[in-house]
Amino acid sequence: MNYTFQFGEILANSDLLLRGLKLTILLFAIAFSGALVCGLFIGLARGSALRVPNLIATAYIEIFRNTPVLVQLIWFYYALPALSGWQPSAFTAAALGLFLNTSAYCAEIWRAGLQSLPAGQWEAGRAIGMSEWQLLRRVAVPQAFSRMVPAFTNRGVELAKMTSIASTITVQELMYEAKMLSTQTFLPLETFTIVAVIYFVLIYPGTLAAYALERRLNSKGA
Amino acid sequence: MVDVTSASVPPVLAPPVLAVEGLHKSFGSNEVLKGIDLKVAAGERIAILGSSGSGKSTLLRCINFMETPSAGRIALDGTSIGVEGRGGAITARSGELRRLRTRVGMIFQQFNLFPHMTVLENVMEGPVTVKGMNRKEARATAQDYLKRVGLSDKAEQYPQRLSGGQQQRVAIARALAMEPEILLFDEPTSSLDPELVGEVLDVILGLSKEGRTMLLVTHELGFAYHFATRVLFLHEGRIHEQGTPDEVLKNPREERTQAFLRRFSAFHF
Ligand SMILES: Nc1ncnc2c1ncn2[C@@H]1O[C@H](COP(=O)(O)OP(=O)(O)O)[C@@H](O)[C@H]1O
Ligand SMILES: [Mg+2]
Repeated sequence: MNYTFQFGEILANSDLLLRGLKLTILLFAIAFSGALVCGLFIGLARGSALRVPNLIATAYIEIFRNTPVLVQLIWFYYALPALSGWQPSAFTAAALGLFLNTSAYCAEIWRAGLQSLPAGQWEAGRAIGMSEWQLLRRVAVPQAFSRMVPAFTNRGVELAKMTSIASTITVQELMYEAKMLSTQTFLPLETFTIVAVIYFVLIYPGTLAAYALERRLNSKGA
Repeated sequence: MVDVTSASVPPVLAPPVLAVEGLHKSFGSNEVLKGIDLKVAAGERIAILGSSGSGKSTLLRCINFMETPSAGRIALDGTSIGVEGRGGAITARSGELRRLRTRVGMIFQQFNLFPHMTVLENVMEGPVTVKGMNRKEARATAQDYLKRVGLSDKAEQYPQRLSGGQQQRVAIARALAMEPEILLFDEPTSSLDPELVGEVLDVILGLSKEGRTMLLVTHELGFAYHFATRVLFLHEGRIHEQGTPDEVLKNPREERTQAFLRRFSAFHF
């Protein structure tokens, strides 16, 4: 192989990549924090014995898990305005799509995690007069969460990678800036090598932190 | 069946603390309770006996609405819980359920302590979260009840570090911390190693000296004899025989009761 890498020119334009990186992180933060919370409620509905909430949650989860996320983002960006008359910005459409998609997966994680709690725990809480909400907050979530950390981590990693799809609807995140840069400089190999490193540096500490958190939660009992 | 209004049952003057009337409970087509009538006066201690599957747990669980009665009435101090819905089942709103459960405590066979909380936090949980007591006061209360069950030195431990007997005593302290008027025990020693049964029974016997109203499902007949003011024998979802411990345990009138007691040949009073 006799290709000479020319990283210099790409690094000289690193401000573009950093600008994109900021949007990537913002997309991730909005979609993930929203999905963790929203997923709990969808998961509760999904695990509920009440027919209507159960049916709605099931439909929601299956639709989002069984269609490509690329189609979902494009749908929110192009089809939603035609139907509702509301034109979200590319960023809003992407954030919404990623949030709703990740919520569907988080809902399943919550449902499985909460169902893994022994029935006696719910009973003990009810027997001292706790409301369902108090049970969830004080008994179920604190115990189930440590068991869900690995699954949520996987989801977070998937989401961080999925943010790159937002470039296809013109969100100027890291991947979008990288595509622009590579066509301007004719240096796709260098550009995407650097972008891959950036994604790795962004995501890997999250994975490490999750390992550490998991170890700490496991050693604390439960 | 024996006349349940016989002289052996203490006369009830004030409205009973707990009244169960015509209680039925079915799971699908399986009718588990087939009409239970029971009036409990303040300070009574009732031991409930019966073979496995006779409906003992279901009876206790209907009293604090962990199971919804299919028909009948449950009343505390003369006030009915819930309203009769379609088909006779009783429905109670969540607020009413929570008030009921602060008045009727329950201790389970499996202890069911919260594993992510220390012993002290387990006991504080009800007062703080349900009753809204401030933490300082709740801590003092919890320490008080832990002392009563002899576990002051375990306050900062996590439950899984404790023996089964100690865990069950914490569970009793957790129920007591709500200051309930009635305590329900569902086979509190059945999952304990034999050498740990005594310490739990001692605590329960201690409570009976305080004049607490208690209903206890147990297979410890010797204990039931000393503990109870009244013994019920449940058979196929009905109260088959009841009376004083001497009547039911020493001179049972019903053949089924006699047969049941014969299976416990090794018990001593
Ligand atoms: N949640 C439930 N769903 C269906 N059947 C139940 C349920 N709880 C109890 N049963 C049935 O009710 C009957 C009586 O159970 P239980 O009250 O636990 O008896 P005991 O405590 O006297 O052994 C059993 O046949 C049991 O299978
Ligand atoms: Mg039972």
